Amino acid sequence: MTYLAKPKLHHPALPKNAVGYTRRDYEGAISTLCAGCGHDSISAAIIQAFYELDIEPHRVAKLSGIGCSSKTPTYFLGNSHGFNSVHGRMPSVLTGAALANRDLIYLGVSGDGDSASIGLGQFAHVLRRGVNMVYIVENNGVYGLTKGQFSATADKGSKSKRGAINSDEPIDLVLLALALGATFVARGFSGDKAQLVPLIRAAVAHRGAAFIDVVSPCVAFNNHPGSTKSYDYVREHNEAVNRLDFMPERAPITTDYAEGSVRDVVLHDGGTVRLRKLHADYDPSDKVGAMAYLESRRAQGEVVTGLLYVDTQSDDMHASLRTVDAPLNSLGDAELVPGHAALAAVNASLR
Amino acid sequence: MAYRMSRLDDPAESVMDTRLKSIVRVNDFVVKFANVNGSGSASANGLFARAILRMGVPVAARNIFPSNIQGLPTWYEVRIVEAGWRGRRGGVDLMVAMNPQTWDKDVAEIESGGYLFYDSTKPLPPSKFRDDVTALGVPLTAICNETYSDVRQRQLFKNIVYLGALSALLDLDATEIERLFAEQYRGKEALLESNRKALHLGRDYALAHFDCPIGLTVARRDAVGERIFIDGNDAAALGAVYGGATVAAWYPITPSSSLAESFAKWCRKLRVEPATGKQRFAIVQAEDELSSIGMVIGAAWNGARAFTATSGPGVSLMQEFLGLAYFAEIPTVLFDVQRGSPSTGMPTRTQQADLISCAYASHGDTKHVLLLPEDPRECFEFGALAFDLADRLQTPVFVMLDLDIGMQDWLCEPLTWDDSRRLDRGKVMTAQELDAGRDFGRYLDVDGDGIPYRTYPGTHAAKGSYFTRGTTKDRYARYTEEGPAYVDNMQRLQRKFETARSIVPKPVLTRAAQPTNAGVIWFGSTGAAMAESLAELERQDIHLDRLRIRAFPFDDAIPEFVAAHDHVFVVEQNRDAQLKMLLVNECGIDPAKLTSVLHYDGTPITERFITREIGEKARLYNVTPLSGIRYQVTGNRKAGGRAA
Repeated sequence: MTYLAKPKLHHPALPKNAVGYTRRDYEGAISTLCAGCGHDSISAAIIQAFYELDIEPHRVAKLSGIGCSSKTPTYFLGNSHGFNSVHGRMPSVLTGAALANRDLIYLGVSGDGDSASIGLGQFAHVLRRGVNMVYIVENNGVYGLTKGQFSATADKGSKSKRGAINSDEPIDLVLLALALGATFVARGFSGDKAQLVPLIRAAVAHRGAAFIDVVSPCVAFNNHPGSTKSYDYVREHNEAVNRLDFMPERAPITTDYAEGSVRDVVLHDGGTVRLRKLHADYDPSDKVGAMAYLESRRAQGEVVTGLLYVDTQSDDMHASLRTVDAPLNSLGDAELVPGHAALAAVNASLR
Repeated sequence: MAYRMSRLDDPAESVMDTRLKSIVRVNDFVVKFANVNGSGSASANGLFARAILRMGVPVAARNIFPSNIQGLPTWYEVRIVEAGWRGRRGGVDLMVAMNPQTWDKDVAEIESGGYLFYDSTKPLPPSKFRDDVTALGVPLTAICNETYSDVRQRQLFKNIVYLGALSALLDLDATEIERLFAEQYRGKEALLESNRKALHLGRDYALAHFDCPIGLTVARRDAVGERIFIDGNDAAALGAVYGGATVAAWYPITPSSSLAESFAKWCRKLRVEPATGKQRFAIVQAEDELSSIGMVIGAAWNGARAFTATSGPGVSLMQEFLGLAYFAEIPTVLFDVQRGSPSTGMPTRTQQADLISCAYASHGDTKHVLLLPEDPRECFEFGALAFDLADRLQTPVFVMLDLDIGMQDWLCEPLTWDDSRRLDRGKVMTAQELDAGRDFGRYLDVDGDGIPYRTYPGTHAAKGSYFTRGTTKDRYARYTEEGPAYVDNMQRLQRKFETARSIVPKPVLTRAAQPTNAGVIWFGSTGAAMAESLAELERQDIHLDRLRIRAFPFDDAIPEFVAAHDHVFVVEQNRDAQLKMLLVNECGIDPAKLTSVLHYDGTPITERFITREIGEKARLYNVTPLSGIRYQVTGNRKAGGRAA
């Protein structure tokens, strides 16, 4: 058996969240990824975020494509329905799922090969449709499961484990997401859980397409000198534009911070993201400014992290489709089948 | 001509006006309109067909159109046929030649003794006409130029002017056309009046210049009854509404696009929440076919009834997802409106050439349920049924239309619905059942029919969740790559396919008027011409038992039918005899028993083609009985096999 269930031995005094679950209830099976894999840190951040959000695990549907990153939904939220779909096509499956039941929370997990190469088309269209979801790319710049080929996010000039130099321009998914109309765009680093957990919490609270690019080093194939996705490189070049605290409800601003260094962003459900500005000029409500800033820093080899853009007035696909409030999958015969009388009228119009 | 006309086949021989040697027929002739695409002719031609229906006379009408928006040749063929045959007869009795590009070909197509209607504004040399065809020239351009100053009006009303002239020539009741105008332009008095004026311009000209009517006439009858005139895409879309579909994801591709658009149309009429005006449906035009089918799978996984509509090239793009849907057991409904493939093939022509690619779509050991409707009415029925079958079987279900059914208006019996019928959602385990302690294994064959139970995401806080994957799983959906678990799962899927065999629509068996040891099998749109051909063959003393196949996997009655006959013709519209291939492969039938009749030039198969092909092959086998003698096989079996 290659399925490794975690033993269900809980410490009796484990704290519970507001809906009565312990942190362990948000875990999944034991990871089969390599020891030290950045993806496992992201799974841990997801577990922490949903625990802190007081969301019952079964209200979440987790979907993924193919690759190391797409294996991870097995390793968190074990009581949620999950769907390990087709390489590069998670966005369409997630879109369909979201159409069927607007009441669940949709978490899409993908990788850089899955989203930037084979799935670039679906990545683009799911964002521009405004599907209400959290879309996480676990970005390591390399194909792990097939042993070390460059992916489309690998930086030009970066070196593979075998010594090959990547000659192609990288695809920056954050810049793409901004251009494509994502209404929540962030970048995190798997090695910085303190930043990542509130980013995920805020993304869940956001209504519409929320995208988080998480740089996540591959310890097996892309963690060597010459790689721009290694732990060492990202730690040296991580430029956080802000730190976040996420509060489920609006709270008074404390005076711990210098004037002008804190900004509260109120999300759809009333939750508040408190941004501690690390760069005085960075404004996450200014998309054009964000794109210019990101592009200039990227040219310098910096990895900009934080909440990079948010539109607090955004709406989602169901609003533009004007679908009923009840989930479509809950509609019964009476609401769906027009019946014989209506058909008689149709017949009459066809003579 | 390559074939010999039978005695009743040749209208020129049947009844002749001796002086003009012209065809004389009432309610039984073919009119073909040769137009330029984008000239506005479709509306006038449609009115022509509908006016005849309103006179109680059945028509079989077909658009023959190019992959083009403006400029290329397009034809509209209307067969006026009191007997009610719905297929193409073959041949043309009256050509309305409005397209100079195709003049020579169009004129050549007219039956000897037939008629040629044309715009006589500019004189044409005698070489452009035929001695055995009556030419009816009306100066359409001149009439329109004199009447209208606007250039677009001159063009558009030319169509109505010829409609008016034809009404006089064929003795159509002009008041029926005027009533149709009134329905079409309700509340638009100016348009109504200008159309009426154009109609009478043409009608008056014809009455003044010709001895009306000509030999071809439409006489009022009561032969249409309650029947409706609808195309299969429209009917299938309505079927999807009645089948409870709430999610449609599609990518435009001829000839399926109008199915998705019709679904939107019907939903706006029938599926809006009265109190809020909000929609009980969601339609997404996806970025490609991969995404369309992905959305369908996601929605169906999550408990909504979902479908996509596409054609052959789209099915090719969906292959990987179709495999996943098969193995992950997701109810998926796909309407394939078949056409001439590939992408740069014949998108506006009809074929039945996706049978194999759909039956065995995708990688690995996959096979799928196909429904094979014969006309728009069955498109409605199967369109609704497909969702019940998909939910019941938790597998992809293909509804196989073709362009001839999908995009042409067919005269059909009225659509019916039994209000006591309930949507069959299949085996879905509820929170109550989970609470009651029912064992949930997503891939557990509880009932022995190969169909497991599923749960919708979000059903229960602690029970019933599972992880969906392809085949790396055990009966409880736990990840495994173990061989025995894989085999166990594949054998269950095989059992499920056997269950499918027992619940898909049964084939329709009809015995010949006389006992016979020969039979014929067909499916889908072929049935229209088939029905008429069987009647004609019967007149030629060729008697065949009939089996119309309506679904795959094949019912046991199908191999039994073949076993009970010495020769079985298989009539289909593709080159490779795909139905025959499937029959041989799936039912272990001796190929020598099956004789293919194949039509695949992109036009719908005709009565004359089937009659000639079966007639000739029956004679080749030396099996045509003398009049009154029972149909018998006198040649040896191998000879039969060679001809196949």
